[in-house]
Amino acid sequence: MAKSKATRKSGETMKMTSSREMVVQGMDDEDDEELQRALADDNISASEDEGGSDDERKHCKLLEAISSLGGKKRKKLTERSEASIQVSEFTVNAEGEGDKINLSDLIGTLDKTPSALIKTKKQLKNLQHNQSTLETPLTRKETEKIQREVAFEKTSKEVSRWQSVVLQNQKAEQLVFPLNQEPSGPKRIEQVVAGWKAQTPLEQEIFSLLRMNKQPLHDPVLTPTEEASLRAMSLEEAKIRRAELQKTRVLQSYYEAKAKREKKIKSKKYHRVQKKVMRKEYLKQFDEMVKTDPAAALEELKKMELSRMKERMSLKHQNSGKWAKSKAIMAKYDDGARKAMQIQLEVNKDLTQKLVIPADEDEEDEEESAETLPDFVNDVEPILDQVNPWMRGKLSTEPMMQEESNRLDPPVWPREVGKPGEGWDDQEEDEEQMEETEEESLLRGFEERRKLRQTEDVEVAPMSMEENDDEKKAEILDISDDDEEAVEISDGEEAVEISDGEEAVEISDDEEAGLSNFTSLFHGLVKNHMEPPADQPKASPGAGQEESPALLEEGLVRVRTLEDVELLSQDISASDTALLTTQTPGTEETDTQSATQQADKKRKRKKMIDPNEVLTKEAKVIEMPLAPTAIEDVEDKEEQRIIIKEAFAGDDVISDFLKDKRKQEEAGRPKVIDLTLPGWGEWGGLGLQPSRSKRKRFRVKVAPPPPRQDQKLPNIIIAEKRDSSIAAHQVCQLPFPFENPTQFERTIRSPVGHTWNTQNTVQKITAPKVVTQLGAIIEPIAREDLIKNNRQAVTRPSINLESDQGPQKKRCSQQKKKHKRKRN
Amino acid sequence: MAASNETMLKKPHVGKKRKPPTRYWEGTEKDGKNDGKKQKEGDNNEQTPQQNKTRTKEGGKRGVAGGKRGVAGGKRGVAGGKRGVAGGKRGVAGGKRGKRAGGKRGGAGEKVISGKLDPFPGSALVPEEKLKKFKRGVKGELPPRPQYKLRDVVIRSEAASDLAQKQNARYDLMLPEDAGFLEGDKDEDTCNISQDDIADAVDITAGAKYFSLTLSQFGPYRLDYSKTGRHLLLGGRRGHVTCLDWQSKQLMCEMNVMETVNDVKWLHSEALFAVAQKKWLYIYDNKGIELHCIRKFNDVLRMQFLPYHFLLATASATGFLQYLDVSVGKEVVAICTKAGRLDVMAHNPHNGIIHLGHSNGTVTLWTPNQREPVVKMLCHQGGVRSVAVDKTGTYMVTSGMDKKLKVYDIRSYRPLQSYFLPAGASCLSLSQRGLLSAATGDIVQVYRDVWGTPVTKPYMAHRAKGSVWGVHFCPFEDVLGVGHGEGFTSMVVPGAGEPNFDGLDANPYRSAKQRQEWEVKALLEKIQPELIGLDPSQLSQVDHSTWEQRHEDRVQVLGFDPLAKEKFTPRLKTKGRSSSGKVEKRKKQVAHEDQRDVIRQTVEDRMKIDKERKEKEKKEAAAAGQKSALDRFRK
Repeated sequence: MAKSKATRKSGETMKMTSSREMVVQGMDDEDDEELQRALADDNISASEDEGGSDDERKHCKLLEAISSLGGKKRKKLTERSEASIQVSEFTVNAEGEGDKINLSDLIGTLDKTPSALIKTKKQLKNLQHNQSTLETPLTRKETEKIQREVAFEKTSKEVSRWQSVVLQNQKAEQLVFPLNQEPSGPKRIEQVVAGWKAQTPLEQEIFSLLRMNKQPLHDPVLTPTEEASLRAMSLEEAKIRRAELQKTRVLQSYYEAKAKREKKIKSKKYHRVQKKVMRKEYLKQFDEMVKTDPAAALEELKKMELSRMKERMSLKHQNSGKWAKSKAIMAKYDDGARKAMQIQLEVNKDLTQKLVIPADEDEEDEEESAETLPDFVNDVEPILDQVNPWMRGKLSTEPMMQEESNRLDPPVWPREVGKPGEGWDDQEEDEEQMEETEEESLLRGFEERRKLRQTEDVEVAPMSMEENDDEKKAEILDISDDDEEAVEISDGEEAVEISDGEEAVEISDDEEAGLSNFTSLFHGLVKNHMEPPADQPKASPGAGQEESPALLEEGLVRVRTLEDVELLSQDISASDTALLTTQTPGTEETDTQSATQQADKKRKRKKMIDPNEVLTKEAKVIEMPLAPTAIEDVEDKEEQRIIIKEAFAGDDVISDFLKDKRKQEEAGRPKVIDLTLPGWGEWGGLGLQPSRSKRKRFRVKVAPPPPRQDQKLPNIIIAEKRDSSIAAHQVCQLPFPFENPTQFERTIRSPVGHTWNTQNTVQKITAPKVVTQLGAIIEPIAREDLIKNNRQAVTRPSINLESDQGPQKKRCSQQKKKHKRKRN
Repeated sequence: MAASNETMLKKPHVGKKRKPPTRYWEGTEKDGKNDGKKQKEGDNNEQTPQQNKTRTKEGGKRGVAGGKRGVAGGKRGVAGGKRGVAGGKRGVAGGKRGKRAGGKRGGAGEKVISGKLDPFPGSALVPEEKLKKFKRGVKGELPPRPQYKLRDVVIRSEAASDLAQKQNARYDLMLPEDAGFLEGDKDEDTCNISQDDIADAVDITAGAKYFSLTLSQFGPYRLDYSKTGRHLLLGGRRGHVTCLDWQSKQLMCEMNVMETVNDVKWLHSEALFAVAQKKWLYIYDNKGIELHCIRKFNDVLRMQFLPYHFLLATASATGFLQYLDVSVGKEVVAICTKAGRLDVMAHNPHNGIIHLGHSNGTVTLWTPNQREPVVKMLCHQGGVRSVAVDKTGTYMVTSGMDKKLKVYDIRSYRPLQSYFLPAGASCLSLSQRGLLSAATGDIVQVYRDVWGTPVTKPYMAHRAKGSVWGVHFCPFEDVLGVGHGEGFTSMVVPGAGEPNFDGLDANPYRSAKQRQEWEVKALLEKIQPELIGLDPSQLSQVDHSTWEQRHEDRVQVLGFDPLAKEKFTPRLKTKGRSSSGKVEKRKKQVAHEDQRDVIRQTVEDRMKIDKERKEKEKKEAAAAGQKSALDRFRK
């Protein structure tokens, strides 16, 4: 270290000299010599100084010694007036130039100043740690960038305050400029009076008098608090409210999360324990409730009873579960398991024990039945046994029948059963049919039909009672005697047709024969039992006499073809001219059909629409008070004939129309595309057709078109062609917020114009988006407005679509709105 | 041609009055209903009868000032009372503010500056039925919250349409006039009451509406009333054309065109009319000056005028259906119907569709936009003799050579009623209130409510002097005009006309100035012929096919369908529970979710209906048949 000092010293001097040289360099060479001399002088003087300084040092030492004598050591830095070799800042003096500095010399000073040591130590340490060099300052570009970023953040914060206002204005139905207008319309009297000042001398005098007498000058009807309440909710309130809402929301979410968590726990034990706890709590509550609110407790009790019943229904506690089975195995060896089993069994016993029900209701029922029903009914035990087939359904009276049918598993319905059923309604029968098994229903259907047939032969009229439709009744009543005959004839014909003509149509008066037929038929059925249920109603009435296989194989018979329609309508139109009855040919036809004993069959078909059934609506005769007496001219006779001919060309009309319709349907159907080419894998040429497999393969079938609109309307043809003329006026591109047409159509569903709305409505619906005051300066929205906006909601006038009242009401509702907004 | 000499006014005999006149508008059931209402609201009204009165008055004033208009007829504002007893009915509707509107203000009511409480705060309630009457379309669900802009738009439009509906229902109060009908005494049929009796019984002005003009020279007459019902146009088969203000019996013009006249028709106003003559179609003004001879329209047999489209539709003997735009004087379209002679024609006032009747028993529906019939209906076995369409476009009545009168619902094209008229009906006409007049030979019969319960007797009947050639109900009047071989008869038919007219649409009392203004407005609001179609609300629908095409293009450009529903990807479950089978199962669970909802809904509905039906049947059965002893053995 000493060395370094020395070098530094010499360095200093060197520096000094060099600096001097530098200073001098600019001077002339003549001065050089003089300078040299001066320097030499300088050196000499320095050596002389050294000699003098010795004394001084001694003197200093002396002083120091003296000062050290006086107790406290006083550190005193030597004053240094000028740079010298002897004096160093570390109070180390190199006495005699040749002397080396010992380490001890240096340490000695350290002892004197311990604080300095620590400091330096620290400094050294720091230096050792911070070895990195200082960073180079950032370039201008980068600093600017950072500055920009900071500035942006600041301004965006500032600007974002406007965000809500801007959004509100965008959403607003109507904006009124300039902002902060005085609300138009009538003001409260107090408001008007408050702004008024006494001006005329008279007024002033009066006011001074009032003041002197301490009368209230401005007497608002409303107190300030009331007014405040009228105004919108204040910010503080809103904040409190919001906080409350937040809190509740948070609590709710906590609760939900908890519930979710608990729900996820799979441990059965946990749940069991939980349940137990719940049950205990519940019981406790219940006990309390019994004391406080007995009615509610009773209800609770009912609920419990219900749950008990439910549990009873289930297989719980029946010792049939997995757990119970395992316990049963363990029960031999384990006492605990046995106990558990026992408990379970007890619970089961409790549950399955039948409760004693008060028998009042049953008795009442019986009494009622006794009242309404005759006595003989009570001979049979009124128990409805589900197992015994004889006890469900109708009562049988024929013992013979019973014997016969006892051989069969399913019950056969004796024909007498039907007799009371005649009085019943069809619907009830239908319902029964639904519930019956297939065989049963089939058999019964036969029965009924046969019976119908029998009654039919006696007379037609009672048959009509079978039908529920009033229509039919009316029709049949209308039929004249001639018609009835015709009906019977056709009846016979059809029966012959249906029974294949093989077996003679015997109308069975003999019951025995019928029954035996039935049983044999049923045997056949049991053997086959593969008939589809749909066939049942379709089976013809004559089939009862036939053998069963033939019956089962019988397919659907088209009762009425198109040709039939034509023929029939021709015939009947002819007869119509003669009779001038009210029926149209179509109705006549239905009459004849109805007479053919297929009552229920027809009923079934009636539900569907026969596409060939055109113009069958029956006409009502209208009485005329005055008979037309218009005298037709003699010339008109010919014309009349033509007219009549035209009038009764009905059949042609119908068939033509049907043909036309069929043609249209054909035209609408897409055609099969045939892509077969001759040749290609087989011989081609004149007179050679491509093979069938090939034709099949290259035929492109097109998907069938959507069903026609007039599919179910036999006498209508609706053009399927799209009318594109309106398309030019329709909207084909949806405006912005809409995504699909239904949304858009919904918004334009109600018209806007004066023609369909009241004046007020039109004005409200078509109010302009921006309203400006003529001549008023529209200034940009100010910061104060923003603050105000934030404080007291928004004062924009919204178009109030709810109320249609005067301005006062409007204001009121606006305030309500404000409240709402705040609360949300 | 001095027709004024020939006109003979049948003067009513005011002097003798046998019984106090029963006014048709004094319907007994109506009054009963009102009484019931009054009783219902009795408790509300009792408290503050005075206030109610004032309120109703206010309402009345407001309504008149508002001058609201509604959809084609019925809902339009009152410009002047014609007849009727407004006072009694107005009293009722006022008291319908029982419930309190505000939730918060609730029981107390609002404090007025005078310190009194408003006992009926909030606006008056609107009755449900009336709201239903003005309902337009169905409200749907709101779009989800994230689409807040769309949501805003939808909410706003919904609010607007709600307001419109409510206001319309509220101001419907302003249409208090109701039509009444003739009611016979016990065992007396209204059809036996003669016109003379009616004319005797009613007041002078109403009695003067029964008159007949004896015009025997120029053969059977066709007639037409102008839209406002003030003016009458008569066209005799042998060339006699005359138009007059029938109420004041003021003759406007009279002439003989020296040609066969097939049909006459007023154009949009009473200033112009069209006459279909032997060869061409002519247009005259009300002074009888021939304005146009339209050579493009030849052999016209029947004409119809579509007032809102300014279209004159003509049907010719050559089988052409032609449309003439009278506002610009151009032929819009000529359609060859290929159905022979067209002498039966009617138009649907609801959608502007032309109905043509043919000799093969079919009725065809036409628009000017399609070359083929939009709908073809087989109505009769013989030829169709006459067709009439109801004002609301719901019902069509046809009569045919098979002597039948049929009523169809032309929204679903289903037959509603079929009647047999002993002599068949040659001319049909429907009034604004739905009365049907049918002419058989020389007898004019009027039927009430032919589409509802089947009628057996006419409501009114009258024998004309000659065979009837044309019948027409006069708009806004209880009058039926009958053109026959011996001239013209104007019958009084109580309950035929619409009592509430729209002053801005067809005002019978309008001045010349008002007519001019109306003409300009009507021309501005003219509906283009392209908009005629079966469904007039089609304009408010998006052009689906174009939209779909556009959407497809968009999908192609984007590479994905922005409207497609997000595909369900099941969450990955750990512990080996995401086997492919289970994943498939989970996918199946959510598949067709929306469809399932629909199906579930429909099934539930059906079940409900079935249940109801069964219950009803059971009830009926119980009512019909005694309980049999054997019933208890049945399941």
